[in-house]
Amino acid sequence: MIESKSTKKLLFKSGRIIDPFTKKTFNGDILVENGKISKISDSISSRGKDYQVVDCKGLVITHGFCDIHAHFREPGREDKETLESGSFAAIGGGFTQVCTMANTDPIIDSPEHIHYVVSKSSKLPIDIFPIGAVSKGLKGEDLTEMLLMQKNGAIAFSDDGMPIQNAQFMKLALTYAKMLDVPVMNHAEDIFLRNNGVMNASATSNNLGLKGNTSLAEAVMVYRDLLLAQSLSSKLHLLHISTKQTVDLLKQFKKKNSLITSEVSPHHLFFIDEDVNAFDTSLKVAPPVRGKDDRKALIEGIKSGLIDCIATDHAPHTIEDKETTFNDAEFGMIGLESCFGAVNKVLVKQNGMSLKSLIEKLTVNPRKVMNLEQDLFSIGCKAQITIFDPNEKWIFTNEHILSKSSNSPYLGKELIGRVKYVVSKNQFFSI
Amino acid sequence: MLKSKHLIGLEHFPVSDLNKIIDTSFKFKDILQTESRKAILLKGKTVVNMFFENSTRTKISFSLAEKRLGADSINFSASTSSVKKGETLKDTVQNIESMKIDGAVIRHGHPGSALKLTEYIDGAVINAGDGSHEHPTQAILDMVTLKEKFGKIKGLKVGIIGDILNSRVARSDIFALKKLGAEVVVCGPSTLLPSDAKKLGINITYNLDEVLNWCDAVIALRIQLERMHLGRIPSKREYHSEFGLTFERISKLKKDIVIMHPGPMNRGVEIDSKVADSDNAVILDQVLNGVASRMSILYLLLGEGDMEI
Repeated sequence: MIESKSTKKLLFKSGRIIDPFTKKTFNGDILVENGKISKISDSISSRGKDYQVVDCKGLVITHGFCDIHAHFREPGREDKETLESGSFAAIGGGFTQVCTMANTDPIIDSPEHIHYVVSKSSKLPIDIFPIGAVSKGLKGEDLTEMLLMQKNGAIAFSDDGMPIQNAQFMKLALTYAKMLDVPVMNHAEDIFLRNNGVMNASATSNNLGLKGNTSLAEAVMVYRDLLLAQSLSSKLHLLHISTKQTVDLLKQFKKKNSLITSEVSPHHLFFIDEDVNAFDTSLKVAPPVRGKDDRKALIEGIKSGLIDCIATDHAPHTIEDKETTFNDAEFGMIGLESCFGAVNKVLVKQNGMSLKSLIEKLTVNPRKVMNLEQDLFSIGCKAQITIFDPNEKWIFTNEHILSKSSNSPYLGKELIGRVKYVVSKNQFFSI
Repeated sequence: MLKSKHLIGLEHFPVSDLNKIIDTSFKFKDILQTESRKAILLKGKTVVNMFFENSTRTKISFSLAEKRLGADSINFSASTSSVKKGETLKDTVQNIESMKIDGAVIRHGHPGSALKLTEYIDGAVINAGDGSHEHPTQAILDMVTLKEKFGKIKGLKVGIIGDILNSRVARSDIFALKKLGAEVVVCGPSTLLPSDAKKLGINITYNLDEVLNWCDAVIALRIQLERMHLGRIPSKREYHSEFGLTFERISKLKKDIVIMHPGPMNRGVEIDSKVADSDNAVILDQVLNGVASRMSILYLLLGEGDMEI
């Protein structure tokens, strides 16, 4: 559960401050007054002041995390998640800014719909930035009014959930979005190659008798998108990359082109296809969790900086949607609350990535992809602070879930690293 | 008279010919404003107007120009001809040619059709628009209008707004303006702009206000609404809001700019009625200059010797 207080005068004492923007790390204190960063230094005295002091010994103080890929289901499926419940799930995971996908009901494909999300989110405890649909009705046929949508607050454009299958349409979308200087984020899975697969095409899918989704479905479309983006000099963001082939393609293209960015989701780093062995529907996700070599390539990719950031692809579903056969179950899992403990465990604790580098992938890098302010620890900035224990081992259970849904494959799993406090939009949360 | 035998496009057209046509147009404009409005300079010449594609103003403009010059003109439109019966362009044209004609004006939906025509007939060919290739007579009348308004074209700053990629008017205007020393900026949705702007020697922007604040004259192009269904623009509303010559935009400007449009206009889409009908708009001057320019073109291509006019 989380507890919220006002942030009139908060002094975070004796934490390890990691500022991923200035790349400075030091032990010190941060003073937040009226929701703004008012002082950062080695030591701030609280003597004679009415500061509320928060002891941060052993904890890391850094920027609030930013998730550029989440599904908050409102409007339309408020039984799964609302903008409000999603915000609290975000806070629980240390996220102060979240970009929400357009595949709601109705679809966020007009300036009016963008306006709805923006106005509904204004009083929530995190910043929510709606991503507008690329095509009307996610049909991949007609462009949305991107210019007007951007004016109303759309931060980027994506038909996530629906791959843009038509290459000519993708070309037009990349061309049109160039005017706005924002990325087109394609859910790259060739629908014909995907061939109704429900899990990674592998020995496991064969053994289970489940229809396989080949990693080529992703790689083929990624290659197409990379070629298009490169030749048009457009911004392209690759969503939830899951395969070694994609990582190899990125190596080839990214060197020449700074407009190409990508993300990896925690579950593709944490799980592999063999984990599906008991038909566990909480692991049914698109694109699917892949093989060992894919996971290894993704870990190397995020460590080396080839992959820009971590994004949760938080996708809430009801119990009914998941308590069924593997074939019938919905794709997707929640991911905000478990994110840090999962990626910190895999990347920092098990694979030797530096904590500083991991923090970049959750803070400055995703903000850079979305053109959001990245310098958050300057004096006078609106405070977006996440404070975590990098070493706490904990078992992820239902009581850690703040989302309306609980479709998580992490339930019962040990995670390492836990978010303790968050400051966001003039509120202080103890988690 | 002219170095060129035909007027197919302006890309390779000699600048001396272009200047001569423009200068002579003013003489014809004076004649058009006399009581008789005529200059019988092409007596005994036969011109065929071949319109394989719909046209209102260009067709009438050519017919009128031919009449004012005293030429015999015959009209041919694809919808009421043997083209409907499956006759090829070559056969159609050669049949007409065998009837002895001195000049042919052609409008056709396919790029290159005017050039093709020069292989089939002996007379002068005038391109009245071939697909999205060129529309040289429109560009010439635009140059006449600009020169009339500003006294010169060299150094003028001209913005062209809209579907540059598919517009024959834009292409011919760009060639003419560059030849005559004007600066050109094109503006429109990125899906309707050419990728070879550098080669054309023009600048590209997506910001209409920037162009309007910079230019002396602006040419708004007709937005073909069917482009919307080809996925290149999302809606009339978005186009109007971002690329439309709206009254609000124009009235915010600190200076007067000349507003042009080749017609037919989509009022309320690429141009507001209040702007199209404003004092700064020279859209109807363009139409009258069209007749004068076409008289000049016909006379210089079909006439014999340098007659004093």
